[in-house]
Parts: sequence; structure tokens; C-alpha cells
Amino acid sequence: MDGAALLLLANELKADPAVGEEGVIGAEFRHNEPLLEVKPAVIRAVLERLAEKGFRFLSSLHGVDYYPEEPRLGVHYQLLDMLRRDRVGVKVRVPTSDPHVPSVTPRWPTANHQEREVYDMFGVIFDGHPDLRRILMPEDYEGHPQRRDFPIGGEPVLFTYNDTPNLGTPE
Amino acid sequence: MAGEQRQQEETFTFAPIEQQLEDWGGARQSEELLTLNFGPHHPATHGVLRLVVTLQGEVVVSVKPLIGYVHTGIEKTAEDKSYWKAIPVIERMDYLSYFFNAMAYCGAVEKLLELEVPKRAQYLRVIHLELNRLMSHLVWLGTSALDLGAISIFWYCFRERESILDLFEFSTGQRMHTRYIQVGGVIEDIPRGFDKKLRKFLKEMPRRADQYAELLSANEIVLRRLRGTCPLGAERLLELGVTGPLLRAAGVPWDLRKAMPYSSYEDFDFKIPVGTVGDNYDRYAVRHAELYESVKIIEQALEGLPEGPHITTDRKVALPPRHELATSMEALIHHFKLVTEGFRVPEGEAYFAIESPRGELGCFVRSDGSSKPARVHMRDPSFVNLQALSDMVKGSYIADMIAAVAMLDPVLGGIDR
Amino acid sequence: MAVGPEELRTPSGLRITRSSPRQMLRGGSVEGPTPGAHPDLEGRVPAHLAHEQRLSGEQLERYVEERVLTTTLKKAVAWARGNSFFPATFGLACCAIEMMSIVAARVDVARFGFEAFRASPRQADLIILSGRVSIKMAPIIRRIYDQMLEPKWAISMGACCSSMGVFNNYALVPADHFLPIDVHVPGCPPRPEALMHGILRLRDMVLENPPPGWRERYGALGTEELTNTEEAQESPSIEVFRGGA
Repeated sequence: MDGAALLLLANELKADPAVGEEGVIGAEFRHNEPLLEVKPAVIRAVLERLAEKGFRFLSSLHGVDYYPEEPRLGVHYQLLDMLRRDRVGVKVRVPTSDPHVPSVTPRWPTANHQEREVYDMFGVIFDGHPDLRRILMPEDYEGHPQRRDFPIGGEPVLFTYNDTPNLGTPE
Repeated sequence: MAGEQRQQEETFTFAPIEQQLEDWGGARQSEELLTLNFGPHHPATHGVLRLVVTLQGEVVVSVKPLIGYVHTGIEKTAEDKSYWKAIPVIERMDYLSYFFNAMAYCGAVEKLLELEVPKRAQYLRVIHLELNRLMSHLVWLGTSALDLGAISIFWYCFRERESILDLFEFSTGQRMHTRYIQVGGVIEDIPRGFDKKLRKFLKEMPRRADQYAELLSANEIVLRRLRGTCPLGAERLLELGVTGPLLRAAGVPWDLRKAMPYSSYEDFDFKIPVGTVGDNYDRYAVRHAELYESVKIIEQALEGLPEGPHITTDRKVALPPRHELATSMEALIHHFKLVTEGFRVPEGEAYFAIESPRGELGCFVRSDGSSKPARVHMRDPSFVNLQALSDMVKGSYIADMIAAVAMLDPVLGGIDR
Repeated sequence: MAVGPEELRTPSGLRITRSSPRQMLRGGSVEGPTPGAHPDLEGRVPAHLAHEQRLSGEQLERYVEERVLTTTLKKAVAWARGNSFFPATFGLACCAIEMMSIVAARVDVARFGFEAFRASPRQADLIILSGRVSIKMAPIIRRIYDQMLEPKWAISMGACCSSMGVFNNYALVPADHFLPIDVHVPGCPPRPEALMHGILRLRDMVLENPPPGWRERYGALGTEELTNTEEAQESPSIEVFRGGA
């Protein structure tokens, strides 16, 4: 796919009644990477239209934190057309005040674990997901670790001089 | 008193055994479900995978995988380091295919930089990637055969693995997590004598793969346990996002090395093994056949290895060679900038996917113009393939579930990252 | 005299002539050598004839020296314990692959007697933490360590569990924070030879200093946890195992 094909695709999507003019916010083709930006509300319709065009395989669903730009939380969908051997990306951006995105799991079962990971790491809530719980962090963990303002954490390195005897040095 | 007691004894009779069996079998079998926890610490789960299995007798009704027990926050750690210093951290995700992790990441960064990788570097990358694929398949074969009970295969496979690790140590200095693939090429050219050692290994490897086939492929126990167990059709696999040998075992000839070639794979002539039924035996057969194909690719890459630089000559991205530091001021400044700050990558987002031993390994990198990545995400194949487990094992025996987990080849480092 | 085609010598230089078991039982044959009379013996008594004679003095001392070993019970038990660790199969991440390498043929752990990796912690006495310990996994490892029976040891293999390793971040715990570790093996991942060196160092520690229970070793008396009390039932580490998925 090149820039021109991407623009054509964006226009077709805009013309579609389920998506609408305002549904597609932008289309960029930078560094050989086609990326469409759409509004969260129409994401299901957009992915459905792309599937009809041949992009039937959802490769990857991942989250990005655009801090400090608003809207802050982004969700990227990477689609693959196995017949024409082509890829296209779709992204939605939501603010932390209202981080709701419709879930695409009913139509693409592969999104199940991946949406749970985005919820766990960024706090994006997927409406319609059958089982939205934390997947990588413990169930009762507080906070969303991969947001850019979450501290990286860590421990000071234990050297012998600041090692207390009960922490593992024999007698 | 005695008479009463005797009366009580007489009225206490057991139903005949057939009646009892019928009562027990008929009523209980349809109702009683047992929930079993295959905890994170279990010899057969290939890492710290936790499965909560609901059983009816020995038949699996449902399985729920629970992960996160080796989550290391690698993606967040990588945001804290400069682009090339993040490579050792990212390599440790899927710990059996470390060259692939580095390749996917470097490919995404090179896409953002719009950097040209020299031909020799591409061929060297292919050699090491295919050696890594061989090594990963050998570990898979050894541990899966161990799960099935064919214990000696473990030692044979690890014997081959030691030869491959010797080759890695020869060319890169480390057995595992070698930080060999860098942005722009590879960190060092191969030493003298490497090709001889590699040729010796390549001559032996197909014979050893034949040995494994002799022991396993027509073995009655392996056939009974793997043939016809846990099949899953291509349609459902594509819905679940499964790629790699699992998808090829179901009959879909999708391999990114052939379909969307990267790093000079189009120069090599090799086949993609494809299965028919999509059961456990096909998954085993596809991976076993890939051993031979990888050997072919390495042979061709070694024969056709072109001359040239082993890393890009763009000094703003790759370290200059050491001898230049003594004479050229520019080289010294470049070296200093690269080591302390790292190179800057123009703003943008890129997704680069390669074919790892487990499937499509994609790396998404977002850069905000600084010298540290703003977001690194690995689309790990095991993470997505794991979702196919519950469909695969529904309705089969628990022993088949063990075989299915083995044939799925999950690597928990990639799943949890 | 019935001397066979091969003549044998004991390590101490005695020449042993073959005689049949029946002859040995009878204590010498009509044709065999008379006890103590063979010219090569030089006054020493061949093993199979010694019971026939009463020994005394130097002969007796030598006899005992060559056959009897004295030690203390503690040392003997420590020798047995140290040479037969049963490691628990406990692989977490990359280091687990190198731990599998020590079981493989090149660095063979069976040479030292440690090849019996037990799956059940009740049967194991050595836990090799191979790999990074995440916060979700830490209570589980502690539970497994507690299920092991005394005496037990722990080896922290690799940089990630010894210190935080390559990843100093929110998701990991160094093993020293929740387990008493005896030997730390550095490396990322440590070579199989390095791990072997670590295990042998542990063996040396055990051979020279037979351990009491780990609570005495690490001054942790008074830290016992009872799981049947009220507070314990609500603790999150127990919650993990009671159906909470």
C-alpha cells in the first residue's frame, strides 16, 4: 500500500454511512507505514469494512501512551491481508477522563487477550469485552504500569555493606 | 437387646454391585465436574503457565490459561534506555529466539530511520536467525518429547543445541542473549574459521534430524498420542490470530519469509512445510521438517555471503570501527555521542513483523524524536497462539492436553514480557 | 601349587593366588599355599586367609587401617546430603534453559549425583531459582519453599533473582527479599559451568557445615507463619490459591 492507495481507502471509509465523514480523523503514510486514525465510536465499523476489503487478519492490538499530548491513550490495530500481502494500521485515541473504546473481540476473537493487556497496562476500558480483567499484573494491582507517568520502580541494589544479616547472609 | 441388634443387622443390606455401578456411573458422570489447577509450578507447562482445567472424568471440558507469572515490564524498561541500549533488554523477551526479538526491533527502528542495511549484514543476520530457529526447534523437540515420555530425545537435542551455542559463542561471544543484531547491521563480522565450523555443523545436522525422525516419526506411541488429537481447523485458527507452525500444520501456507520477505530472504530457495489435518502430529511434523529447511537456508547464505561492511556506514547510527578513533576527530565525536546519548530517531510509528519459530513476531516502535523510544511493543506469537489452547483441547483427554501444550510451543517469556 | 594363568596383586602389593571358593571356605587346600608361608607375602596376610589367623600387633593395625574408616555421624550425614541434592524442577525464564543444559550431556550434573530432579517440592531439597521473579510469582515460590522439608537450600541463579538484574523495575522482586538464599550465581544467563560451580560450592558448604534448619541459619526464629489463624486467612498470599483466578 502506498500513500495514494491509503488516501483512497480513507475516502471510501468516509463515504460509508456507518463510518461517516467525521469518523476518519486522519490518514498518514510516514516511513512506509500506512496508518489511519479514526474515532473510537466507529472502530468496529471501520474494521468490518477493512475486513470486507480483504484485511481479514488482525495481527496485533496494542496500546500507546501519547503523554503529554491529548487525547492521551491510543489503541492501535494492525491488519493483514494475506491474499494481497498487505498491511494497514488503524489507531484510535481516547482521553484518560473517558477511556472507553468498543471492543472488537466478538468479531475478532484474537483480540481477547490483547485487549485485556491494553486494559491492564494502560487503563483503556473496552466495552463489550466478555471478560475484562488484568492479565499480566496481579488481580489486585493498582495503577496502570505502562502509562508514561507511572514510575519505573525498582529496588536499590543490595551490596554487602547495606545488607542486613537476616536477609540471606549465613550467620 | 440382642434380638433388636440382629434385626438392625438384617435390614442393612447392600444393593448388588451392578446396581451400585449403574447408580454411580449414570448419575454422577454427567454432573460432577472437577476443577484442577495446573499451577505455575508444574513440570509439563513449559514455563510458568497456569491452567485452570475443568474436567469431567478425564475429559477436558474447558481450560483457562492464566499468565503474568514472569511479567518483567520489559517494554517499560526499554523506554528508559537509548535505542541501541534497549536491544539487550528486548532480547530477553522470548528467551529461546533472542536473535528474532532483536531483529524485529532493529527492523522497526531501521524503518523509522529509513536506513539501508548492507547486504553482507543481511546475510549474516539470516545465518544467525536460522541457527536460532534450529536451536529453538531443538529445545522444543527435546522438551516435548520429554513430556510425552520419550526421555532420551532430550539429550540428543541438547547435544545439537550445544554445537549451535558453540557457534554463537564463536561469532558473538555469548551463548544466549547475544546482542549481535544491532540497528543497521550486526555488531561484528564473523571471525576466521567460523565458516569452516559452520559447514561441519551443517553437514551433520540433517543426519541428526534423520535420527530424531527414526526415533519418533513412525513410533507407535508417538502416533497414538499425537495423531488425531486436538485438531483445530484453519478458519478458527485465523480468527484467533494464530500464525507460525500451528497455522501451517492446518494447511495454510503462510510464512512471512516467503510472503513478505525481509532481510534478503527472497534470495534463498527453500520450501515451507505445510500439514494437512492440523492435529498434534502435523504440528510436530511441520517443525521437524523446518529443521531441514533452515539448514538449506544457512548453506545458501554461507555460499553467497557477499563482501562489504557488516553494519551501516552511517556514523550517526553505528559505532565507528575502533582504529578510526585514533586518527579521526569526527569518529571520536560520533563514538562519544552514540555511547552517551545514542542516536535520535525522527518522529513516527512503525510496525515490523518477522517469522519467528513460533509465528509472526511483530515489533511496534513509536519515537518522539528523542534518543529513547517512546513505546516499544512486541506482538509476541506465543501470547496470541495461547488463545487457541482452549479450543484445541475441549473434549479431549487430559493427556492430550499435555501433548497439545507441548505442540503449541509456548515460551512464557514472550507471553508475559 | 595351583597358580592360575593370571596373577593378581592387591593395591598394597600382596600377590593373590587364585583358589576356589571352596578352598577359601575350608581355609586352604591340600595343594594350596599354607597360610603365611608364601615367600612373596613377607609376613602380610592375604585377605582371604586372614580370618584363619589371629592377628596381633602391627599386622592387626595394618589390617584395620586398610579396611575400616572412622568418622563422626555428622560428617557422614553431611557427606550423604551434600552429594545427593534433589533439585526441584523450577525453571522460570532464560536461566531455566541453561539449567536444562546442565542436565544435558556436556555439563553432566549426574556425575555429581544431582540428576534426580523432583517435580514435587516435598521430595526435593534444593530449589534453584532460575530466572526472573515477578511480583505475581513471589508468593508462589515462597509457598513451594515452605512445602520443602528440612534441610533445604536455595540457589539464586542468574542476575535477575540475585539482584534485580538487567531489569530494575516495578515488576520484579529480588529473591533475597522473600527467601533465604545460600548461593548466588551471577550471569545473564550464567554458563552451565558457572551454575555447576555454584552448586559445587553449595555442596562444599554442606559438607563442612551440616546445617540446622534454615530458621536457625538465618536468624529467622519467630517468623513462623500459621495458616489457620484469622489474619492468615485474609492474607493475599493465601488468597491466590483459593479459587481466586
